[in-house]
Amino acid sequence: MINFILDPLQYAFMQRGLAAAILVGIVCAMVGTFVVLRGMAFFGDALAHSILPGIAIGYLVSGGSQTALFWWGLVTAVLASLGIGAVSKGAKLSDDTSTGIIFAGMFALGIALISRIGSYAVDLTHFLFGNVLAVSENDLLLTAILGGLVAFIIIIFYKEFMVLSFDPVLAATLRVPSKVLENLLLVLIAVTIVVSLQTVGIALMVAMLVTPAASAYLVTRRMHSMMILASALAAVSAVLGLYTSFYFAIPSGASIVLVSTFLFLIIWAGKTVRQKSL
Amino acid sequence: MFEKIRSLKLSKPSAHDDDAPFLKVSDLHVRYDGIPALANISFELNLGEHVALVGPNGAGKSTLFKVISGVLPPTSGQVKISGESPAGHICIAYLPQSNDVNWRFPVTVRDVVMMGRVGKMGLFTWPRNKDWDFVNACLEQVNLTDLAFRQIEELSGGQKQRMFIARALAQEAELVMMDEPLNGLDINSQEEVFNIFELLKKQNVSVIVATHDLGLASERFDKAMLLNHTLLGYGKPEEIFSEVNLKNAYGTHLQFIETKEGTMVIDDTCCP
Repeated sequence: MINFILDPLQYAFMQRGLAAAILVGIVCAMVGTFVVLRGMAFFGDALAHSILPGIAIGYLVSGGSQTALFWWGLVTAVLASLGIGAVSKGAKLSDDTSTGIIFAGMFALGIALISRIGSYAVDLTHFLFGNVLAVSENDLLLTAILGGLVAFIIIIFYKEFMVLSFDPVLAATLRVPSKVLENLLLVLIAVTIVVSLQTVGIALMVAMLVTPAASAYLVTRRMHSMMILASALAAVSAVLGLYTSFYFAIPSGASIVLVSTFLFLIIWAGKTVRQKSL
Repeated sequence: MFEKIRSLKLSKPSAHDDDAPFLKVSDLHVRYDGIPALANISFELNLGEHVALVGPNGAGKSTLFKVISGVLPPTSGQVKISGESPAGHICIAYLPQSNDVNWRFPVTVRDVVMMGRVGKMGLFTWPRNKDWDFVNACLEQVNLTDLAFRQIEELSGGQKQRMFIARALAQEAELVMMDEPLNGLDINSQEEVFNIFELLKKQNVSVIVATHDLGLASERFDKAMLLNHTLLGYGKPEEIFSEVNLKNAYGTHLQFIETKEGTMVIDDTCCP
């Protein structure tokens, strides 16, 4: 049993992968708390998909450097969220419709670009599903710094984000700088997505944002407990997911998300059983 | 230089000119996409006055609230709070309609009331003991101390309204505006809310309440305001609620029936 736990840890790539997965899980869960409470799951999913062309161009321009890809991804994500706002305002479409248009359009552009540069050994599945076991020491450092920054900003503006999410009119009458904070939240979501790209990939990103936070939402009564429990669930999912990935040779992103979904189902079932017995 | 910045910050946001009426609305017009929502609105309100805002659905009641609270800029005309534009003030509370609230949001009653303090606390701070003491005092005033740690979904309709009034107290509001707070409340809960209005009156807090209930409007408020895109009447309820005024406001939705006890007014604008 001990060996079962320790064996994978002899490999440095597993240690780095675990650290990265836990870090990313916690940051996603913190940001995800607001994604769930504000009903932004579709936006998060869309934003993750829309960074693909940026990553592809970044690959063309600067090769495989994660740091360069990070910046390309971030700029693309910010442009995409601005584009979504511009389309919904300019064309007078609902937010989810304009999100759908921009997201699918940019994702298609990404696929087209990557298929043209396929000879570069750029693998679409690598971006789509991530590869946490390929995290280098530099990547880990970048993840820690940016993830820490996101967490720090959330803690600093905690009460403002809470007011803004619960009652935007109160935020306005209290002269909380709503527009600035709302845009800041979009940037935080964008940074979180780009930081998490290597761990879970584009396709499953939304689960990292939504599932642990939703599980915590079911059983907590205050926002900070929701955020803490979501982070804990995400960290547990990261660890169990990576072991599952190691022993059953499943892509790491998929196994982390599967564990996280499984935990959600258990918590939901537990809550339902408890309510019935009361 | 530093002194100058500080004095600007201290005096500008909420300077109160005591000679001016507390709230003065002059020649207010609001248009949404060119369609007029409010036109030609002018009135004054003193501190401590309680006003019932009455008018059919779509009359612009919520729009008026939003403009007064400074959330929505007027197309033309002015709103002055103690002689200043509302944008610098945090002494105006606009309580949400129950339907617009996410009651499943993970917050306790105490957390919601603390939200009222956010403006006073400023950026980059966390609630301290003195903030929680203030919140507890506000909860006590509305008799919710026992329920302070409940998740907000567990409250009854009347308790929910009292919680939001406690939040306005925590905000140290001088004007509280409420959109249909009495809708769906039983008589006892309505009475509890009115008791708290009395308390607000003692503290010289002005209240504007949008309501469909003409009876309550005429019995429980100092003034009534009859609104249907324009101001059709503003003053003592018994003077305002004339047949002519009400017909102007409600059109054919309002039925007048002569009975032995006097004129009965039946209003069916609530659920079109």
